[in-house]
Amino acid sequence: MPALPLDEAGKYVAGAYVVFLVLIVVYVAIMAAKVQRIERELRELAGFAEQRNDEKEQRRVTADV
Amino acid sequence: MTPSRIAFTAILGKDLRTELRTLQSLPAMALFAVTTFVIFRFALDRTSLSGSLAAGVLWATLLFAAVLGINRLFVAEREQGGFDAIRLAPIDRSALFAAKAAALLVYLLVLELVVVPVFAVFFLDSASALPPLVPVLVLADLGLAGTGTLVSSMAVNSRARDLLAPLVLLPLVVPLMIAATGASEPLLALGGPAYHRFGTWLAVLGLYDLVFLLIGYAVFDFLVED
Amino acid sequence: MYGKGLKTLSVATVAALAVALSLVFFYAPLDADQGFVQKIFYLHVPLSITSLAGFVVGGVFAIAHLRSGDRRWDAVSYVCIHLSVIFGVGVLITGSIWARASWGHWWVWDEPTLVSFLIVFLLYATYYPFRYAIEDPERQARYASVFAVTAGAFVPLNFLAVRLAQSLVHPRVFATTEGGLPGSMMLTFLACLLAIGLLWVTLVKLELTAKSASGQLKRLRRALDAPAPRGASRVAPEVSV
Repeated sequence: MPALPLDEAGKYVAGAYVVFLVLIVVYVAIMAAKVQRIERELRELAGFAEQRNDEKEQRRVTADV
Repeated sequence: MTPSRIAFTAILGKDLRTELRTLQSLPAMALFAVTTFVIFRFALDRTSLSGSLAAGVLWATLLFAAVLGINRLFVAEREQGGFDAIRLAPIDRSALFAAKAAALLVYLLVLELVVVPVFAVFFLDSASALPPLVPVLVLADLGLAGTGTLVSSMAVNSRARDLLAPLVLLPLVVPLMIAATGASEPLLALGGPAYHRFGTWLAVLGLYDLVFLLIGYAVFDFLVED
Repeated sequence: MYGKGLKTLSVATVAALAVALSLVFFYAPLDADQGFVQKIFYLHVPLSITSLAGFVVGGVFAIAHLRSGDRRWDAVSYVCIHLSVIFGVGVLITGSIWARASWGHWWVWDEPTLVSFLIVFLLYATYYPFRYAIEDPERQARYASVFAVTAGAFVPLNFLAVRLAQSLVHPRVFATTEGGLPGSMMLTFLACLLAIGLLWVTLVKLELTAKSASGQLKRLRRALDAPAPRGASRVAPEVSV
């Protein structure tokens, strides 16, 4: 198989490395989405826990009276 | 005889007797294979085959007929609590694997006894290729029996089990098909059987059989556990 | 716990990738036969070696799971196989690009390694529908481990069979075994192999850490008696310890 001239070959080589890059970036994007979801849920849970603490405080306060 | 041996003979005997009585798998497999031959006749627009085309049609058809049998292999166990019986019995669970693989082997051999002569009548000029084809058929059947039983037992307890078994099975049997067709192609050549690399392909088949029968025997315990 | 050392690993991976890529484009000599197109191999071959090794490693972790019953090994096995499948996509695409550049077709059946890889890839692609068809999580993990072990044993057999099936007349395109690979090319190749291998390990660790975080979240949620989250239920194996 004769070698391709440099400008043609360059496109194929570039294509291959671009595919590699795209795969990595897509993976990073998926990971980012996962981390976002975790952050959202943690925020929800933190709010829930604080709310429950407040309610407990309130009940303790009213019980003392 | 050890309890496992007794269990092996009992399960194998039960399966073969049931099949003989109900005839639920074998006739369907044979009919399917023969009809597939007819389809190939029209799909390829050929009335006689030789060499690679003959090997391809024969093995593809045998494989798909085998899939039918594999799908039905553990049906009785699933529907009538056979797995529970095996779990409770004080035997090596791999006896079930051995018995089922042996049953599947028998089905495949009987299938080929009917279907391969039909193939010769339909497509081949002479029957001279058939005797040397026998060792290839036997070794390939051993491999199909091992891998098929393994895959069938994995699929039987899942949803979409009829889809899953062929799906997982097909890539696994590619080396088997490569070796079987590789050995068969020169046997089915126009001028009469040739033995190009026959020994190599038989060795590959034997290796495949060894690996998958051993794996199936070794991991089967994990598949029967509750 | 899974995240420990992830930062160091990532830095090492980036450095290795930078060095490897520099070697590929600034140091490695031009191949006599194939010219510039040969440079695809510095990417394609390490990806394929890493992917196949990853499948085997997934099988090893599956054995650990079967022997110990600890489902964490199954989660690791799943992630190894998952990432190897993703790298496998990269292998097939870069292999196809190389085939197009060398032979003018987007796929060639003449390259035994590429064809073997396709078959292995197709097998591991069935891992997902296979897993998700089994509802009971404990059974799913067990059966998946059996699959991973069987498939791991299948890989060498498959390469042998396909190699035998090819006409032995065909020249090996990436001449690593047949003598004459200059030291500079070998060095570049090894650097790329190291970099891609490190990348795989880093991504496995990253995925496991994310899984573990989700698992800890579930655990926290249960401890707080909080209501279940909105959104789809995860079917992939979880890491909750």
